[in-house]
Amino acid sequence: MSYLPKSPWLIHYDASSCNGCDIEVLACLTPLYDVERFGVLNIGNPKHADIFVITGSVNEQNKPVIQNLYNQMAEPKVVVAIGACATSGGIFRECYNVQGGIDKVIPVDVYVPGCAARPESIIDGVVKALGVLEEKHKNMTKVAK
Amino acid sequence: MSGINATIAVILYIVLAPVVGGLISGVDRKISARMQGRYGPPILQPFYDVFKLMAKQNIVVNKHQKFYVLCFLVFIIITGAIFFAGGDLLLAIFALTLGSVFLIIAAYSTYSPYAYIGAEREMLQIMAYEPMVILTVVGMYMVTKSFSVFDIAMFDQPLIYSLPGIFLGFVFILTIKFRKSPFDISMSHHAHQEIVRGVVTEFSGKELAMVEVAHWYENVFLLGIVCLFFASNPVIAIVLAALTYFLEIFIDNNNSRLKWQSALGSAWIVALVLGVGNIAFLALR
Amino acid sequence: MNTVLFLILYPVIVALLLLILPQLAIRKFIVGASTAILTVASIYLMIDYFNTGAVFFEFGTHTLNLGILFIEVALAAIIVYISVKHKQFLAALLMLTGAIMTIWFEVTHGNQIHATHNLFVDNLSLIMTLIIGIIGGLIALFAVGYMEEYHKHHPNVKNRVPFFFFIVFAFLGAMYGLVFANNLMWLFFFWEITTFCSFFLIGYSRDEIAIKNAFKALKMNLLGGLAFSAAIIYLFTNANTVELNQLPNLASTVVLLPAALLAFAGISKAAQMPFSSWLLGAMVAPTPVSALLHSSTMVKAGVYLIIRLSPVFAFVEGGATVGLFVAMVGAVTFLLASFMAISQMDAKRVLAYSTIANLGLIVVCAGIGTYELVWAAIMLVIFHAIAKSLLFLSVGTVENNVGDRIIESMDGLITKMPKVAIGMVIGIAGMFLAPFGMLISKWAALEGLVSANPILTVFVAFGSAATLFFWTKWLGKIIMIKEKPADFVAKIPVTEQFTLTALAVMTIGVCLLFPLISKYSLEPFIQAIYGHAYMLDQSNVAILLIMMGIILVLPLRLMTYGELNYRPQYLAGSNSSEKEKFYGSLGLTRDVTMKSFYLENIFGEDKLFKLGVVSSIVLIIIMFGVGI
Repeated sequence: MSYLPKSPWLIHYDASSCNGCDIEVLACLTPLYDVERFGVLNIGNPKHADIFVITGSVNEQNKPVIQNLYNQMAEPKVVVAIGACATSGGIFRECYNVQGGIDKVIPVDVYVPGCAARPESIIDGVVKALGVLEEKHKNMTKVAK
Repeated sequence: MSGINATIAVILYIVLAPVVGGLISGVDRKISARMQGRYGPPILQPFYDVFKLMAKQNIVVNKHQKFYVLCFLVFIIITGAIFFAGGDLLLAIFALTLGSVFLIIAAYSTYSPYAYIGAEREMLQIMAYEPMVILTVVGMYMVTKSFSVFDIAMFDQPLIYSLPGIFLGFVFILTIKFRKSPFDISMSHHAHQEIVRGVVTEFSGKELAMVEVAHWYENVFLLGIVCLFFASNPVIAIVLAALTYFLEIFIDNNNSRLKWQSALGSAWIVALVLGVGNIAFLALR
Repeated sequence: MNTVLFLILYPVIVALLLLILPQLAIRKFIVGASTAILTVASIYLMIDYFNTGAVFFEFGTHTLNLGILFIEVALAAIIVYISVKHKQFLAALLMLTGAIMTIWFEVTHGNQIHATHNLFVDNLSLIMTLIIGIIGGLIALFAVGYMEEYHKHHPNVKNRVPFFFFIVFAFLGAMYGLVFANNLMWLFFFWEITTFCSFFLIGYSRDEIAIKNAFKALKMNLLGGLAFSAAIIYLFTNANTVELNQLPNLASTVVLLPAALLAFAGISKAAQMPFSSWLLGAMVAPTPVSALLHSSTMVKAGVYLIIRLSPVFAFVEGGATVGLFVAMVGAVTFLLASFMAISQMDAKRVLAYSTIANLGLIVVCAGIGTYELVWAAIMLVIFHAIAKSLLFLSVGTVENNVGDRIIESMDGLITKMPKVAIGMVIGIAGMFLAPFGMLISKWAALEGLVSANPILTVFVAFGSAATLFFWTKWLGKIIMIKEKPADFVAKIPVTEQFTLTALAVMTIGVCLLFPLISKYSLEPFIQAIYGHAYMLDQSNVAILLIMMGIILVLPLRLMTYGELNYRPQYLAGSNSSEKEKFYGSLGLTRDVTMKSFYLENIFGEDKLFKLGVVSSIVLIIIMFGVGI
């Protein structure tokens, strides 16, 4: 077992959305939910982060940003799409400039539904992501061997 | 101190300081969380973080940054080694400065705007605390007539009696050295959005782990200096060092970050009033 | 003895040769050969007088003294003429006053003056000899290639290179004379020659600013010269001696005022406040001149004299008070010059302020004059001469290639001109980092000051903090890893390459060898004067050398990194596909650019300079008051 699941560091990016999910992600850090219990830190820097948490849908403007941030994260890394917009484009799906969910531009590992997603489900999604992270780490070490 | 004892002390320091430093950092995060009404991470969380970072892929902007970070770690360890071997306190301070400069140029070498701002602010911090650090050493010499850590530690009377001003001044700049609010302007352990992670923005994986471990070594060294003020009684020294650290956590959680102008100005005023005042008093006595 | 005379006279002969033979190839040969000869002669002198302690020579006749007087008067006439031509009447007045004082003194007392020992050699002279010979020679060598490039870049400046080299070598000859002279009148003669040489070198380009600054330097140094000749006259009329080595043995009533006057002359020549502005003005001259004035000659003459006075401050009754105020002037200068260096963007001005600051530290040490501090002062002279000349000359090379000498333009110098950049890194590290040279002496200075006068350590503490700031930010600019512009090609003449390499190697070499320098050169010297010598604790020396070893070995690690995962800098996700560019607002692609902190509001020149001038003038007045 690696130490990855014990120390998941997040980078949170809010793509085009109503900011509802964004606020809920921040709510997880408040004393009520206190995700630091699990060693989760909102580190705000792709080079340090293990989990890429995205809220909101992809549009032309933020597509390169999402790709850049994803590219600058070190392996192993997982992507968690949070809320209806991030998973599918949500109510913005039909807009002329919206491309849809995050999985249109980068591979997504965990989808968290909700509009807005509740903090409990966000934490649940992150915990699920830890399993994926561990698995990716195993694959990484296997490849290395 | 005899050669064998010094060697043992250095080996103990190199092995134990990261353990102690990591635990201190874990306790720090726990206490901070409690002060904020949270449950907080496990005490061992800093170790989990470092082990995780070691396991991660290493990505860099250029290879020179790896080298500079390595130098940073090496010279911080040398700093502590000189100190705990009972060597020259002034030399230890100079080695510490050398180490800090390596961290700064590691940040510079990446040519990243966030690391750059972090590096510039880190230099401002060094400029802010350096006079007080030197005055601390000067004050200790004036009382004990020696720069040797061993002699200072063996002095028969607690230094705090003669150096109260210098002790307070040193505690003040410790806030800067421990990267605590209100002076955590170049980087901090909290989310830090306007300059991302400052100096360490561009380090990842192993390099970041090395920076973290270097900070543990550094913190143990700094608390070692705090202990010197009470060295005649080791138990009291350790208790007071712990209290000092608790005070820093308390300050950290009760202050918002200030601008660099305030950091520089207040640190220099403190050095001038408390540090110089104490030295002038000793010189006139 | 013959070597001493050779060292004084040979540069003068070379100077004349260079003046009459203007061909480049011949100049290259003569300068190269002379540098080698001066180096060998200096080393030979050192070997010759290695263990002899101070040796005094009975040399010189009354005719020689008259000859010296004649040259002095002739030079004074030239200076007066030039000053009047440029309507610089104050300079002319100062020169006239000085000349009249000298002539009057010679006419009324000339026959009675009898100096037994006109020349001497001791370890301090030997150290200065090596600095002048090796570093001065290397700078001259550097100048051969540099001046060709200089005239290509400055087509408006009239090409007077033969005259330039004439002055440079005359300067070196004068410096040799200065460090060997025991007769204060001879010392004064060489002292004035360095003043005149610097005047001609600063005004080399003959544009308006150059002429203005040359006269500024001239006026300040002539003022110092007046104090010098007043000191000689006072000393002779009251104590009937003009010998340098007699000063510490005189009664305090007669020696204190001359010591204060000589210290004043030293302060003006070493560009301490309030005279610091002449050294900054001297920056208009071609870079080798700056290197020469800042490292091996001129300013070093000023601190050399003050170091020679330190036994007076240490031993003569009441001397300590005079010395304290000399030291205070140095301390104020060290502090404020370090502060002002922060606000400078021009690399040469940063170097100039750093020079002033370091000389300030030397003056602090020499002014207090205990044996530890004299050790520190001489070590500072050595380390500073080498590292500073390396830095100045590197800046000159960079300027010829990059087009300016603004620190902001040195971004990523290590990818553009790696060798020069590494040289600069060594030089900068040598100026402020452990385990390099300057720090060793700063350490000794701190140790010495704590026991002598703890309040002065406060100046050192704050000044050092500022020093760290401005050096580190420059260092950071140089070592940034930035894409090299495709069209950039560095052109560095062979003479420049040789000089820079030699100085870089010497910077490191001196740091490795300093225990030997201390043991064989400084300790006997200080032992002879003070009766006990300072030495760094053996274990600390060992730690320093270990650190040095680590710094030299660790870079090998750079070669062992295998495949690495490279990613561009974090630019908030808006990196463009090109390196070091990002998508700005309106979809424009912009370059990443970064500027350093210069903290103008806090460390700006205007306020601090005024503060420095006022406080140093007050200190100097008190110094004279104590002297009387």
